[in-house]
Amino acid sequence: MALTGLMWCVAALLAAGVAAVAAARVRAASALVYGTALCVSTAALGIAGASLLTGHATAGTLTLPVGLPWLGAHFRLDALAAFFLVVVNLGGAMASPFGLGYGRHEETPARVLPFFPAFLAGMNLVVLADDAFTFLFTWELMSLSSWALVMAHHRRSGNAAAGYLYLIMASFGTLALLLAFGLLAGSAGDYAFEGMRAAPPAAGMAGAVLALVLIGAGSKAGLVPLHVWLPLAHPAAPSHVSALMSGVMTKVAVYGFVRIVFDLLGAPIWWWGALVALLGGITAVMGVLHALMEHDLKRLLAYHTVENIGIIFIGLGLALAFEANRMSAAAALGLTAALFHVFNHSLFKSLLFFGSGAVLTATGERDMERLGGLVHRMPLTAFAFLVGSAAISALPPFNGFVSEWLTFQAVLLSPGLPQWLLKFLVPAMGALLALSAALAAACFVKAFGVTFLGRPRSDAARDAVETDRWSLAAMFILAALCLVAGILPGYFIDALAPVTQALAGAHLPRQEQLDWLTIVPVAQSRSSYNGLLLFLFIALAAGLGAEAIHRWASDAVRRSAAWDCGFPDPSPATQYTAGSFSQPIRKVFGTVVFRAREEVHMPPPGDMRAGRMHVRMRDVLWDAFYAPITGLVGFGADHLNKVQFLTIRAYLTLVFGALVVLLMVLAIWQ
Amino acid sequence: MAIALDLLVQFGQMLLVLALAPLLTGYVRKVKAHLLRRQGPPLLQPYRDLLRLLRKEVVLAHTASWVFRAAPYLVFAATWVAASLVPTFATGLIFSYAADMIAIVALLGSARFMLALAGLDVGTSFGGIGSSREMMIASLAEPAMLMVTFTLSLLAGSTQLSSIAAFMQGAGVGLRVSLALALIGLVMVAIAENARIPVDNPATHLELTMVHEAMILEYSGRHLAVIEAASYLKLLLYVSVIACVFFPWGIAVSGQGPAAYLGGVGVYVLKLAACGFLLAVFETAIAKMRVFRVPDFLGAALMLGFLAALLLFVSRAA
Repeated sequence: MALTGLMWCVAALLAAGVAAVAAARVRAASALVYGTALCVSTAALGIAGASLLTGHATAGTLTLPVGLPWLGAHFRLDALAAFFLVVVNLGGAMASPFGLGYGRHEETPARVLPFFPAFLAGMNLVVLADDAFTFLFTWELMSLSSWALVMAHHRRSGNAAAGYLYLIMASFGTLALLLAFGLLAGSAGDYAFEGMRAAPPAAGMAGAVLALVLIGAGSKAGLVPLHVWLPLAHPAAPSHVSALMSGVMTKVAVYGFVRIVFDLLGAPIWWWGALVALLGGITAVMGVLHALMEHDLKRLLAYHTVENIGIIFIGLGLALAFEANRMSAAAALGLTAALFHVFNHSLFKSLLFFGSGAVLTATGERDMERLGGLVHRMPLTAFAFLVGSAAISALPPFNGFVSEWLTFQAVLLSPGLPQWLLKFLVPAMGALLALSAALAAACFVKAFGVTFLGRPRSDAARDAVETDRWSLAAMFILAALCLVAGILPGYFIDALAPVTQALAGAHLPRQEQLDWLTIVPVAQSRSSYNGLLLFLFIALAAGLGAEAIHRWASDAVRRSAAWDCGFPDPSPATQYTAGSFSQPIRKVFGTVVFRAREEVHMPPPGDMRAGRMHVRMRDVLWDAFYAPITGLVGFGADHLNKVQFLTIRAYLTLVFGALVVLLMVLAIWQ
Repeated sequence: MAIALDLLVQFGQMLLVLALAPLLTGYVRKVKAHLLRRQGPPLLQPYRDLLRLLRKEVVLAHTASWVFRAAPYLVFAATWVAASLVPTFATGLIFSYAADMIAIVALLGSARFMLALAGLDVGTSFGGIGSSREMMIASLAEPAMLMVTFTLSLLAGSTQLSSIAAFMQGAGVGLRVSLALALIGLVMVAIAENARIPVDNPATHLELTMVHEAMILEYSGRHLAVIEAASYLKLLLYVSVIACVFFPWGIAVSGQGPAAYLGGVGVYVLKLAACGFLLAVFETAIAKMRVFRVPDFLGAALMLGFLAALLLFVSRAA
């Protein structure tokens, strides 16, 4: 029943996409498409949420007579799919109203409108797919429609290259997934998930599948070192699509990983957990360090997606390690932490991309070095962006903290693991997680502080105006959800119970009946957290304190010029910039990670030319992994180029030689 | 009835930390002055400073926004709540389970986040330098603090400070290398987080390497008073954490009655005095370091915390 409803929603989205092709030139097309997407996503969100909460999601299935003739297209709605559908459709339901406002400034609506609903439909279908062919087909639908959206402004510099890289990485990832499904189907060739679940591969083969899935789903999610396309492609799309790509599509990739590794691949082996958690830890730290060096606001947010994917994979890796050792309660904790972070990240990352989109609309700038002082001109956007910044920096009482706290609690269960490598590795992952959380806070002080605070650094920033009501509504709903998920996490953790029960065979203790709505993941004496109390205490202490001081002490205010130790300078160039803000951190970490080198050219005394400083940074991962590949391809292309200019005799010899070789191969084969 | 009493004790602790925090700072200043053969300001000077500042008008820069005006109260509230959730004179108070050690560290992170934003708000170079360096220091100090937390909670099987204190009072602890490393790491973090020498100098406003004071340079009047109170509370919080985890003797347990609580308060004040004295001696004996030596200092703290956690496995195995 629920599944049928969801399929109708998908059909409505696809129909809206097709209709948009025809109607894109009409003025009302934008309102129509985004309005439809809003209604349909809200309906799908309601259906998925209801089936997750009431537990009626248990394995509704549907087979459509399309796709491969002997297979059909299988769809299935279980708890895991229902949870990810909530994430997908919540993102869709928020991106649509933002698109209503933001889309008014779109110069080429015909390049955006048809693909937006198709993208949403593709993501819904991936989560619902129940056989390998449908999964891969809808995965490609998702990839290609998002690629088309990335290329919407293809004439802007850099976007074509970003789209090209995205296309290559997406095809490469799908190829890896195709091979993984091939191995999973085995010699029997059963491509339905049902059959794969019933006959999991042998241990060695399962390891190969894991590696392929890490490449396939990891490249879509942005695992280091497969993340390179993400900070280029996500910002190139219109902002509400950036929000969907970063906040939601990476989560669909996480879904693919969870579905295959936790559901189809059989019992895990302990080193899987070590590998996944290690990749997650490296991804988290590398992502946030890259983000700190960035001063393009949207690219900074995209690098933070890489970081948060790392945090999610740390949780997943811990869950695998615990499950391999039959510690199902601990595995449920790791999995709950990871999935809760999936939900939280989709909230605050959408919010932050919307905020950057509002800034982009108001000023036409993505470069933070040309922004500043927007809190005066766009106070509401600034407030929502501030909430998102605090949430992504894992600060209590917001939601990002709760899921990271749960991950820390899972890390602290590591002494129970028998393998020595895991015993040492897991605390190290905890250290990387702590480091990335602290660096994220620094990065968002930079992002919010340089963009919204201080004095305007350009005329565009000085003359900005507040964004429209639709966009503000989307941002404020997301900001409210960030707070609600932070102060009432117990309900969200309980909603995840059927998912972890199905995947790890256990769930966390029920949270909602606990006193004062505290969350207790393991035991009261071990650890507990109460976001509601903290929020109330902070709000009361700040509010009553301010009230008391204003009433009984002083409430006088005098406006004056800034003090600045007696030497205020009227030029906004004397403020700290994004580059100068992150300079100390670049000195501490960048010299190793980015091989950052500073060159200072100081003219000799008497010379009136300005001094110059130039910072050179290298992307070590690009140099290590991608530069050799591009070099190899270039080398091969150069040398094969000669084949184009041979004489007719040489071509005939080549053809003859090829024929002989093939015949010989055939002879040896038989 | 019982719950009313529990609430009363909890609010008593909130008021106690607020009342004692300026005294601790005043005491450290007094001891430092005596060590330098100066008379020093009276012990109660911080209270007088706060009252005087509270009654003065605020001089606000033209470019300041609501972030600048809201930040002091939020910083104060977050720090105060964090300080009231650390066991001081008694463990297991009614709200102590609202936040474990990780959450307390994160609450201080929230306070720092707001303060660093306030430093950037007016758009002056001094505010920026302070915020930027504060976040650089925090990006190392916070993981170091969390590694110390890891060590303690791996040992005690809990991240709750009350449970850790109870464990450390028990017989099964003994002397461990891990604990020594964790203590050193925690002290280093506490010094850095409270902007003490050798990381930062709390007594100067005009020094190129200043961090905390640069961030709050534009503040005046009641805003400055509230921020000063928050930094007094932060110092008290770190001393309380060190005292409760590593020297948990004499701490009362919730439900033992007023006599035990009073005894707990007495012991707590003695511990504060001892730690304050040691801090003053340390600060007098050492010179401030260059700001780009600070990462080495905090990197050492981080490594100590990490080693402490790893040594735990080795020593348990042996």
